[in-house]
Amino acid sequence: MALSRLSSRSKGISRPLSAAFSRSISTDTTPITIETSLPFTAHLCDPPSRSVESSTQELLSFFRTMALMRRMEIAADSLYKAKLIRGFCHLYDGQEAVAIGMEAAITKKDAIITAYRDHCIFLGRGGSLYEVFAELMGRQDGCSKGKGGSMHFYKKDSSFYGGHGIVGAQVPLGCGIAFAQKYSKEEAVTFAMYGDGAANQGQLFEALNISALWDLPSILVCENNHYGMGTAEWRAAKSPSYYKRGDYVPGLKVDGMDAFAVKQACKFAKEHALKNGPIILEMDTYRYHGHSMSDPGSTYRTRDEISGVRQERDPIERIKKLVLSHDLATEKELKDMEKEIRKEVDDAIAKAKDCPMPEPSELFTNVYVKGFGTESFGADRKEVKAALP
Amino acid sequence: MSAIIHGAGAATALSTFNSKKLVARSRTNLPGRSKRCIVAAGSDDGSKSFGSSSLSLRHSHKLIANNAVATKADTSATTGHELLLFEALQEGLEEEMDRDPHVCVMGEDVGHYGGSYKVTKGLADKFGDLRVLDTPICENAFTGMGIGAAMTDLRPVIEGMNMGFLLLAFNQISNNCGMLHYTSGGQFTIPVVIRGPGGVGRQLGAEHSQRLESYFQSIPGIQMVACSTPYNAKGLMKAAIRSENPVILFEHVLLYNLKEKIPDEEYICNLEEAEMVRPGEHITILTYSRMRYHVMQAAKTLVNKGYDPEVIDIRSLKPFDLYTIGNSVKKTHRVLIVEECMRTGGIGASLTAAINENFHDYLDAPVMCLSSQDVPTPYAGTLEEWTVVQPAQIVTAVEQLCQ
Repeated sequence: MALSRLSSRSKGISRPLSAAFSRSISTDTTPITIETSLPFTAHLCDPPSRSVESSTQELLSFFRTMALMRRMEIAADSLYKAKLIRGFCHLYDGQEAVAIGMEAAITKKDAIITAYRDHCIFLGRGGSLYEVFAELMGRQDGCSKGKGGSMHFYKKDSSFYGGHGIVGAQVPLGCGIAFAQKYSKEEAVTFAMYGDGAANQGQLFEALNISALWDLPSILVCENNHYGMGTAEWRAAKSPSYYKRGDYVPGLKVDGMDAFAVKQACKFAKEHALKNGPIILEMDTYRYHGHSMSDPGSTYRTRDEISGVRQERDPIERIKKLVLSHDLATEKELKDMEKEIRKEVDDAIAKAKDCPMPEPSELFTNVYVKGFGTESFGADRKEVKAALP
Repeated sequence: MSAIIHGAGAATALSTFNSKKLVARSRTNLPGRSKRCIVAAGSDDGSKSFGSSSLSLRHSHKLIANNAVATKADTSATTGHELLLFEALQEGLEEEMDRDPHVCVMGEDVGHYGGSYKVTKGLADKFGDLRVLDTPICENAFTGMGIGAAMTDLRPVIEGMNMGFLLLAFNQISNNCGMLHYTSGGQFTIPVVIRGPGGVGRQLGAEHSQRLESYFQSIPGIQMVACSTPYNAKGLMKAAIRSENPVILFEHVLLYNLKEKIPDEEYICNLEEAEMVRPGEHITILTYSRMRYHVMQAAKTLVNKGYDPEVIDIRSLKPFDLYTIGNSVKKTHRVLIVEECMRTGGIGASLTAAINENFHDYLDAPVMCLSSQDVPTPYAGTLEEWTVVQPAQIVTAVEQLCQ
């Protein structure tokens, strides 16, 4: 969405604009090379180079989408406190660079599966703000018809497989999707994302073993935000080098607050997985909120630590600095963009609030395929009809 | 489910059902049906000799004299081939794999070894390593992988070497397999088949004699079927693979070597339908899997004593075929459930509740349920025999109920 707006602007037509961009923005897809902030650390493979190929368009779209994600999560925070969102709500702010960088490196045929911190990844995969907020508030226009909730966002047409509540269970699913991709000879990969807490699950190693054995194009991405709910990583893992945990499987440690490093790593991983089988990526990232909305996030870490990361490593600030240093937009333009994003989010929330709750009959739909499970099956049987009460 | 059946119960004309009508072709022309009924699937028409209902028509006057033990004898099928139950499963699996390239099998030792019970024998040579996959011993992961593959467009058949091992994959089966269709708002279907042998074998020990039907029965979104004869094993296997819903197919370790003649042409069994093994008048005996044979053995004794039990193999453990069961209850007014599950929270417990809820007015005696004892299955042969329901106990129970 941001991209199409950019390209229409960049035709050089100057007209009175109420939108964020002005004539001084650089045009189109001028290539830019950006150095990642930190080198990659590799295990059993050669790390990719630190120079990332990008373009002005991409840089601006990174900023816009990340700002959108940030705003969406903050808005979800206030909605939760207003009791419009119930249950569990796990927010992704601080980790946006991982979602954005990954999207930039892959296509919609590559699959992504993640755990419950899935709002931003859903957005990155092409979901709309309206679907997000409607689902969070349990309305019928939500992406899962209001029946999934915060932890169950899925988008089949963009190969986004969710959205899973049980820690670690999504990794075998992800390896299964990679298996299906290999079976159908699709030349696509699967990114199975999990956190540092889930990295200690046995099923991960089981799935990794099978993936390595069968050469599946699966990429295990550990979003290491250093805290598994309230437990710091050094208290949960004997070896917190999650990228090395694969043992015989190569790994790469990436600065997860740098969208370009993430992009480079994902590109590298995709090429590797298609040829050589699984690879582990560890994204060194951070979440500003607590584990979920019921966790203040400050009992197990200091406020100084949180604000320190926010000042030094914030992903959006980094992109902002890059945009400004490359003269792609002025401060004011970026501020206007942010205002516009805020309005977009507020509009989506207002629209979602107006959306009705699901019909009572929706309770029984989608439990089984083809109705309530009392329908007959078989080539030579007659139809069975079940009438619901 | 119960509300639907209440509709059926309102049709009082059904209570005058006699056994001859029960074997009639289409059940759709039953009188007095209210709109809120389930119209159940019609059974095979009488021209097919292997159909269960037509068989019972043929046998209803013969069973008094005949040996009522073991599998139903296929009297008039001149075509057809005889095979063992595990071969029937293999045939079903092979036919489905031929028919649809998306079907694949994964499990421990299913490929090169040929399957621990030879159900997948020869398939790896025929279809290759990518379609018949030998997995390492990690039930949680490979069940999860099968479910993940099913979320795209594959149709995996996941084998647990013994049903008990699938307990390690319980999270995947319960949370992902059963629920993904619902929580994704219908976006993903999980057409997976999870199968494996379970039940009490011959002194296999406690951990290898698990009956998992009771654990899985409350998972919403899955269907459970239990096969008991080569005919229904092949039919259910094919139906399960073709079904868009996740299906758990329960086989029994001791039934793999049953021999029966099955038709040459292709056929599929209905996943949600129960099988009428022996129609009768005095009492309805509901059973499934191995207990069917204990019941038929007891039926032989009962017939000699002058009773006329109606034996139904419920086959579909989730959802229950309350239509067939209900019709039977309305006819006989007495129910005995014989199962191999544990007493507490087993299939029999749910079935007793369902029958009581829906057909209470038709019962002349309380529903009796004979199940295995609530103990880990012992190793010693005599003790193991006492954990499971034996034909003598069934006879006693019927006599008690029919007083």
